[in-house]
Amino acid sequence: MKSSGFKAWLYLLPAIAFLGVFMVYPLIDVFIYSFEEGYNSASQTVFGVGWFNYSYVLHDPYFLQAVKNTLILVIITVPLSTGIALLISVGLNSIRPLKELYQTVYFLPYVTNTLAVGLVFMILFKKTSYTDGMVNLLINAFGGSSVDFIDGPYWAKMFVMCFYTIWVVMPFKILILTGALASVDQTYYNAARVDGTGKWRIFTRITLPMISPMIFYLIITGFIGAFKAYSDEVALFGTNLNAAGMNTIVGYVYDMLYGDSGGYPSYASAAALILFAIVLTITCINLLVSKKKVIY
Amino acid sequence: MKVRLQNLTKRYPNRNRKIHEDVIAVSDFTFEIPDGMLIGLLGPSGCGKSTTLNLICGLEKPTEGKIFFGEDDVTDLPPENRGVGLVFQNYALYPHLTVLQNILFPLQNLKGEKKLSKEAMLEKATAAAKLVQIEALLERKPSELSGGQQQRVAIARALVKMPRVLLLDEPLSNLDARLRLQTREEIRRIQRETGITTVFVTHDQEEAMSISDMIVVMKAGVLQQIGKPQTVYDDPVNLFVAKFLGTPPINIFSGRVRGGTLYVGEDAVLKVSGAEDREVWVGIRPEGFIPREDGPLRCALRAVEVMGRDTSVVGAHGAFAGETLRAIISAENRVDESSAEVRFALRPNKLFLFDKVSEARIPFTAV
Repeated sequence: MKSSGFKAWLYLLPAIAFLGVFMVYPLIDVFIYSFEEGYNSASQTVFGVGWFNYSYVLHDPYFLQAVKNTLILVIITVPLSTGIALLISVGLNSIRPLKELYQTVYFLPYVTNTLAVGLVFMILFKKTSYTDGMVNLLINAFGGSSVDFIDGPYWAKMFVMCFYTIWVVMPFKILILTGALASVDQTYYNAARVDGTGKWRIFTRITLPMISPMIFYLIITGFIGAFKAYSDEVALFGTNLNAAGMNTIVGYVYDMLYGDSGGYPSYASAAALILFAIVLTITCINLLVSKKKVIY
Repeated sequence: MKVRLQNLTKRYPNRNRKIHEDVIAVSDFTFEIPDGMLIGLLGPSGCGKSTTLNLICGLEKPTEGKIFFGEDDVTDLPPENRGVGLVFQNYALYPHLTVLQNILFPLQNLKGEKKLSKEAMLEKATAAAKLVQIEALLERKPSELSGGQQQRVAIARALVKMPRVLLLDEPLSNLDARLRLQTREEIRRIQRETGITTVFVTHDQEEAMSISDMIVVMKAGVLQQIGKPQTVYDDPVNLFVAKFLGTPPINIFSGRVRGGTLYVGEDAVLKVSGAEDREVWVGIRPEGFIPREDGPLRCALRAVEVMGRDTSVVGAHGAFAGETLRAIISAENRVDESSAEVRFALRPNKLFLFDKVSEARIPFTAV
């Protein structure tokens, strides 16, 4: 027994070593940083230990703005993208001709570079001295007046950000959901047909419960992904997100570490741990809800 | 409810696009199922029996032909307006719903004037559950039930709307041997109690013979014979039907009729009249052999298997065309196991002649 236990640990050693060095140690370090006041990475000095970093971050208007932006983004994009992906998947699943083609088309955004897509969105939405952008041309055609989506009012920028996020996360969700839909046993639908079940009832009483584990998976990962949003915002609004008022929590962490105002690993650590607490809470709530709603 | 199929045909386009010829699953079916009967649709895999069931159910549309329930033409009606209940081979119970919710499901679909109150639904569901004896399991999920119990739930779900016709697709194939015997009696009982015209599909002839009022034998989409199980067994129309029914299977020999005598190999086994001289297949049921020392059919003796009530004699014969020549004889007729040869007399009513080419039955009279 003893030797086999030793062997087991030996086999686990590489994974444990890598995880320890690159995950566990940094995590503990971040935790420690967040309580060390005035930590200076060059001189490795600390003024003291306490809650000051948290207090600073929580009173920083930029951070509060970032939290607000992130929450709006999460609340809007997660349900919308999952819902629309479900609609598209159901549609894809019920058509026969050109199904593969459509599936490929819907999957394209997933394999396209974020920054390249960001550029396309700039062309769609950005107002320059030459043109108001495609979307504004459309608005003008319907008699509206131009809106500056990139440098304009907050709601316009938020709209672009949500629109972009939904568009980017959709392909993966469609992929997962079409797979889940296709794996539902056809005889359930036949059984429902024999009983004359209406389409809506089939969808809500049979299809949804059958694919609920996958929907739940998408919602959890969707929440986590949206809370960690950052690169999409850079692609749309440039690196100075604070000036644009469109920063996210991860963006704030990054700025604290490396941005123009960088060099504050303690504040960054505190902000990162606050984000961790938020994500953990939301995920726990999700898990609790899922126990009632998800059928495995 | 009487069910009548009239020239029913179902063709599918060929999967292989190079072959433009359609696949014919069901070809020109015409037969009538009398009211309140239990009918077994019997045939080997891929013979179109499930397609026939789906056509009666309405899950598939026939290419040609018509289906009548009583006097109503239901050919173009969707399943829910036909008044059918279908039990699927894998039961198709909704795994996320309890047994009760599963049984209630068809009732909750009813709309308009057929809509029932909650109490009425519950009453009907409980009655259906009682009929198949699963009242104690109503709050369980299908995954918590045994195969036989799931089967009962599926039957209850199909019966809860009191359909005019109950259809069962391979109802016993997912059950183990012991449960199969029990369940087929159960199906028989439920059918008797409700009096609903019931059609079930099976590839197991024993299953079909044991509980059906009538069996319909199919082969490659073509109806072979329809009739009472015993009638079809005693009077098969062709070699296929004769071979398909009966365990152990019928013994097929190559033979010929010459001058009013039937020869099996070199053995002149029977004087016959009414059959002209020709090459024939001779089919002899296992119970058609009587061991007798001066019997005309001489077989090499391979083994004697005593099975209590009966004795099974495994032999060999030069003209035998099947896998195992097997005769079932009653235990009083002793066969000397040590001897190399066993001779049989034959019961003429257990012996059939078939055309070598068309495999159709050749009528004859034993003299």
